[in-house]
Parts: sequence; C-alpha cells; structure tokens
Amino acid sequence: MITDFSKPTAPSLDKRWRLVDATMRRLGNQSRGLIETLHTVQETFGYLDEEALRYVAVSLRVPLSRAYGVATFYHFFTLKPAGKHTCVVCMGTACYIKGAPQLLSAVQNELNIKPGETTQDGNVSLLTARCLGSCGLAPAVVYDHEVAGKVKTQELRDQMTKWARP
Amino acid sequence: MNPDELDQIAEDERAASSEFEHRVNVCVAAGCISCQSQSVKDAIDKEIVQRGWQKKCQSKGVGCMGLCAEGPLVSTGNGTMYQHVTAADAGAILDGVEGNTSGRLICRTDVPFFQRQKKIVLENSGVVDPERIEDYIGSTGYSALVRALTEMTPSEVVQEVVKSGLRGRGGAGYPTGLKWSTVAKAVGNQKYVICNADEGDPGAFMDRSVLESDPHRVIEGMLIGAYAVGTSEGYIYVRAEYPLAIKRLRTAIRQAERIGVLGTSICGTRFSFRIELRLGAGAFVCGEETALIASVEGKRGTPRPRPPYPAQAGLFGEPTLINNVETYANIPPIIRNGGDWFAKIGTEKSKGTKVFALAGRVMNTGLVEVPMGITLREIVFEIGGGIPDGRAFKAVQTGGPSGGCLPSQYLDMPVDYESLAKAGSIMGSGGMIVMDDSSCMVDVAKYFMDFCMTESCGKCVPCRVGTYQMNDLLAKIVARTAEPPDVALLEELCDLLRNTSLCGLGQSAPNPVLSTLRYFAEEYKAHVEEKRCPAGVCGREAAEEVR
Repeated sequence: MITDFSKPTAPSLDKRWRLVDATMRRLGNQSRGLIETLHTVQETFGYLDEEALRYVAVSLRVPLSRAYGVATFYHFFTLKPAGKHTCVVCMGTACYIKGAPQLLSAVQNELNIKPGETTQDGNVSLLTARCLGSCGLAPAVVYDHEVAGKVKTQELRDQMTKWARP
Repeated sequence: MNPDELDQIAEDERAASSEFEHRVNVCVAAGCISCQSQSVKDAIDKEIVQRGWQKKCQSKGVGCMGLCAEGPLVSTGNGTMYQHVTAADAGAILDGVEGNTSGRLICRTDVPFFQRQKKIVLENSGVVDPERIEDYIGSTGYSALVRALTEMTPSEVVQEVVKSGLRGRGGAGYPTGLKWSTVAKAVGNQKYVICNADEGDPGAFMDRSVLESDPHRVIEGMLIGAYAVGTSEGYIYVRAEYPLAIKRLRTAIRQAERIGVLGTSICGTRFSFRIELRLGAGAFVCGEETALIASVEGKRGTPRPRPPYPAQAGLFGEPTLINNVETYANIPPIIRNGGDWFAKIGTEKSKGTKVFALAGRVMNTGLVEVPMGITLREIVFEIGGGIPDGRAFKAVQTGGPSGGCLPSQYLDMPVDYESLAKAGSIMGSGGMIVMDDSSCMVDVAKYFMDFCMTESCGKCVPCRVGTYQMNDLLAKIVARTAEPPDVALLEELCDLLRNTSLCGLGQSAPNPVLSTLRYFAEEYKAHVEEKRCPAGVCGREAAEEVR
C-alpha cells in the first residue's frame, strides 16, 4: 500500500520534464495515462531510459515492472537513443511483394547493421515498419520522417551516401 | 449550438463558395503529400495571387481522391483531373480552369476506376477540406446528428441502424445494429464509445484515408452512436504511425468543440459528449477489441477471453460500444437517408459498400469503394486496370495476416462476408493485395506467419509457440530443406492454432497457410520434393536491384 501521495521530483532540472508532468496532470495522474505519458517522454527525449521509466512509474503509482512491461510490449517505444538520421523500410505486404526485402538487404550491406541497430558513429538508425499505409506508393521508405514512394535501390544508396557525408 | 446556427454556417459556407467562378482542389492526404503535393498547393496559391484571381478562383486542400499511385492529384471545378502534378505546373492548371486544358497532365476520369465506384463512406474525400469544419457542414455535415437529436429517440436511431443491415467493417462483420442495441440495453454507471482506428493489417490504409480526408464524418458517427447507446464519453484509438491522421483528428475535435457539436448540451438537448484521443504504440494485436480496451486503460495490449463481451463489460468494466472507423463513417448517411436506402445497396446478407485498399501488382493502386457483391474480377481487372508488365494474375490476398490468398478460379466470386469466408479468406478490414506470377505463395505464407509470430502477444501458448513452430517449418520449406512430414506437421498445427488460440490473431493466423496449401499445393510440392521454387523467389540473390 502506497501511503506517500506527494509528487516525486523530476530526475533533473531539464525543462522537458515539465511536458511529461503536464501530460500526467492532464490524465489525472492515474495509471491509465501510462501509455500516453510514455509517448510524451519518447517525443521529447527521443527514447525511454531507466530514469524516465522510474520517474513515470513512481508518479503514476504503478510498479516499475508494469511500466517496463508496457515499454517493451509496444514496438513504437524504444529504450535506446536513435541515430542522427533514421531510415525506415516499410515491410508491409504491398512493399514486400514489390521488393522491400531487396531494399532492406541493400541498405544493410551499405551500413553494415541489422534492422533496429544504429551505426557505430551514431549517424544512421535502420528500422523496419509493419506498414506505413502508403501501399499505393510501394515500396516505401521513410528518411527522417519524410515518406519516399516507389523507391529504387540506387536512390536508397544515394541517400545513405548523402547522410554519410559530414 | 442549435440547429439554426448550424444551418446558418452551412448557408454561409455555400454562399461563400458559390462566389468563386473556378475551383482547384489539391489532394493533401498522406499519399500525395509524400509526392510533394503541399508544394503544388503553395505554388497554385501563389499563382492565384500573381494573377489577381483571389476573388475568382478558390483553391483548397482536400482529402484522398483514390488514385494514390498517380499522385499528386489535382481536380478543378470543371471536372478535370490532373495527375503527377509538380509545383511548376501551377500555371498550366490555372490555364486549364479557363478551358485551355493541358493534355500532358490529364488523368482520365471516364475509366472504370472512377466510373465503377459507388461512394458513400468516401463521398466527401477529395471534395471537402478536412481541416475546416465549415466545409464539412456546408456539404450536409452534422445534419444527421441534428436529425437524430431533434427528431429521433435513441431507440429509433438503433432501429434505423438495424434496418440498414450494416455489419462491422473491421473484418468480422458482426451486425452493427445488434451491437448497438446490446450496449443500449446494458446497465452501467458510465458507458463508453470507442472508435477502433488501430489499422494494423499490412497493406490496408482505408481507415487512415478516411481519418485524413473526412475526420468529422467519423466524429459525427461516434456522436450518433453515443446518443443511441446513452453515453457521454468516447475514445478514438489511433495508430501512432499515422501522424497526419492524428493531427487532423486533433484539429477536428478542437473545431467541433469550438462550434459546439462536441461538449455539453449539444443542439440544445441534454445530450453531452466528449472525445479523447488515445495513441496506439505499434501492436497489431490491439486491433482486437479486448486488447484495445486494455491498451486504452494504459496496460499491455493483451486480449482476454470473451464473454463477457465489451458490450457488457468493456472499458473500465463498463458497457462499451466499439466499432471500426469505416462503420462509424457509414452511420451519418444511414441516418440522413434512412436504413431502407442503405439496405438496397449490396447483397442480401452484406449491405452497403466496402472500401478496399487496392495495392500490389496492379495498374491502379489506391483506394476504391465498391458495392458489396461486386466480383473480384471487376475490382482487379476493371477498376484496378489489370496486371502491369504483361504478367499473369496469380492470387489476390484479402484480410491481411488473418485472411487468405484466392486464386484465379475465384475471380468471379461476389465479394461479401460469406463468400470470402467460404473460399478460405475473410473480408477483413479491406486490404486487397494483388499478386502476379513473380510472387511465390510459400514465401507469402512465410511472410504472414513471420508477422503473426512477431505480433503474437504471448499470453496464450498455442499462439505464442505455435506461430513460432509454423514459422520455422515454413522457413525450412522456403530454404528447400523440408521433407514431406514437415508439411503434414504444418497442417496439424494449423488446426491446433485455429481451435485453441485465445483471440482472433491466433485463430486466424493459419489462414494464409491453409489457403495457400489449398490452392497452391503444387508450389509446396515443388519446394519440398523437387527442391526448387517455381517463381524463383526463394533463395534468390537478396541483393537484386529494385528498379
């Protein structure tokens, strides 16, 4: 039984915690707001680290195990910081039959990383998506939040070369 | 907010619009935006100012026009449509509204793709500006809500939906009217209305398009549902992967609150309703209603056994009405035109229209809305324009990872809930992927099994372990190291998963395997016995270029 109802203090003086606090307050500081709060943390900090999970769990009075469980259950949440650039290859059905696997292996060879990993210099993260819903434009790739449709292997390589330049 | 004020807004809007001599609509749904349609819109706006046409020509951003593959699309007041428009074409488009149409960009609208469709859900897509509530009200928006609130009792609203014969558009096809009346009769302190916009099927983008093109339509449908079942709180659960849909929904909710169609004492009645948005976080299983409810409650999205159904005990243990985006979008026209009008469209057991996301190896990829009972051949070959590059049709996949692959002998089958189920597939939410002879069906089955394996929530053993084992077996077949007993084991597992899994994900996960085993057995045989892949997909050099 939790008897301490005082609000925990944020892990640091970073102003971004105010945004997280605002989300929790909007949802009445209740456990049902857990997913929404984690969304805000990820939006403002880029990823969920242990410190953030602990703070959110204590604030919403849920066990840390539940916060961690939710954070790892949903694919959208990431526990690691992303690279400077992100490249998301859509693996939806339409993209799959129009050559997404070949695109993926091309970019894997180019960057020497697997999906879900970031290059050693922290420059590019490679991700796959279940479906972007841009099936009319298959195969689709997202470069830093910009969807590109009807992607060809050479275009993908050119983009990677562009990003590799300092 | 009262009905007269709403009428006034509609009239003002229509009067303001009729003052313009010409109209230019630019598609600003996600498909066209990723082809830079926003810069096209900006260029046209600039050109209008340059020509001093501000009082003569209206330009607006509108929702999806359907033919996503040919985007960015622009349509003008005189009925001409343009495709592959770039910012540099702004001048040519404006010349076009005056009659000097430029032939290079014209997209023909007298083709079956446009002529064979029947638009109910998408009637406003490509016509109204999704970011302005006034435009929606101007095209009879919220009039169904006014009618329901001022002329009908909640039970009459339910009766009208029952009469329409509308069935759930999320895939299972449960009669909507029956669901509504169950929730209306259920007793609870606080009922809830939920809109399921967690469109997780790969290859399906109908819900996204409706939310981006006509968000107010969905809100109006939810409002009518809330009035019918007697509740004041609603949630829209939308995928976080759809940022544009989320942005437009937020705008729409804010505008509806400002104008007073959301909030307290709507239309001067005692009916109040508010909507909150909940973002999904990338879990396919959250499309299942009990898992979705768990997710709205802030928990892991794991399903629970039914009964009790959400209609009796759903969100926070209270009676909950949960419907798909497309189902809600069908409600306003049903209330406006009557259930009998709706029941005249479609087949005996499947009424109305269905929106399909047509994609894959087909000429015209995009969004189509067709009456139920149309044949697959009409969709693929007439509306879809057939298979490109002179290749041969092989299969059409409906229902995503829960559906099946139908071969050419089913092309003349009518598309309705029963026929598709009988053929071993499902209606699903509306994804329709066409495959030609360059696709290997075993590889496709493996693709879907890999999907189900990754997306299995892990709560029940048959699904958690079964999908893993089936994926391993399929991987062996794809690698051409499998032996005939492996195929027999695969079939056995299909049966096990179907009968013992907890929720729809596991129960329907074998569908892609079963349907390909049933219709493309010779491909499995070639992989297992002859150790070769007839389509040349399996074991193909992975680094092959995509051109």
